Amino acid sequence: MTSIETTGRTVEEAIEAGLDKLGVEKENVNIEVLEEASRGFLGILGTREAKVRLEVIFTPEELAQEFILKICECMNLKVDISHNKKGEYHHFYLTGEDMGILIGRRGDTLNALQYLVNLAVNKKLSKIGARARIIVDIEGYRKKREKTLERLAMRISEKVKKTGTKVVLEPMNAQERRIIHYTLQGSKDVETYSEGDDPYRKVVIAPK
Amino acid sequence: MKEFVELLARALVDNPDQVAVNEVEGEKSVILELKVASEDMGKVIGKQGRIARAIRTLVKAAAAKEGKRVVMEILH
Repeated sequence: MTSIETTGRTVEEAIEAGLDKLGVEKENVNIEVLEEASRGFLGILGTREAKVRLEVIFTPEELAQEFILKICECMNLKVDISHNKKGEYHHFYLTGEDMGILIGRRGDTLNALQYLVNLAVNKKLSKIGARARIIVDIEGYRKKREKTLERLAMRISEKVKKTGTKVVLEPMNAQERRIIHYTLQGSKDVETYSEGDDPYRKVVIAPK
Repeated sequence: MKEFVELLARALVDNPDQVAVNEVEGEKSVILELKVASEDMGKVIGKQGRIARAIRTLVKAAAAKEGKRVVMEILH
């Protein structure tokens, strides 16, 4: 848990200074008063600034969940969110009505959502020197897409093997390209590489 | 819709209090003009416009649900 110590002429000022430094709201910290301010004798002798310790209590999970919920609220979507952590990845699973809107064509909207959630959460976390990777899935879309891409990779690699000519797939994001590369990694017959620039970067499956 | 763009932009910039969105309502489409502090421009545009594109994608999805067409512009 990250904490900082700040000083000020009063306890309130010390807290304000600390919140400013951390860039967080009062509800995101535990406050411990280390030293009360003292005016000293006649304002000269023994003046002492107030000293407080602020301990940040937000976690990547809380930040991500809060942001996702706010977005859904703005879009008038009722969602249930569950969450688990696998290694350095925080996975969020969204279910609810009208979730197709939040997935979008080929997962475009879902990917935009995941991208912005990562940016927003890491912006806050960077202030306490932390980082998190967040994966958002809606109604099992990513799992299904993963299976689809694996099947696609196998099918195209068979075709490439048979015809001996390379095939360029449609543009995909890094996560999806990785699935294709990964699926065909051990193939004796084909090799894979990416070409072009995001967001139009494509995987090429070519004969070895 | 205005609140939505504000929410997204505020979460990304260093100066959230300087985020302003102006909503211009047309017959079929809505134009949302986003203004941020000049040093925050990069935070809402991103490399090759990646962040701006993500914001637009989400805003379009929200608008589509209400049967509207939305154009978001970033002003400087």
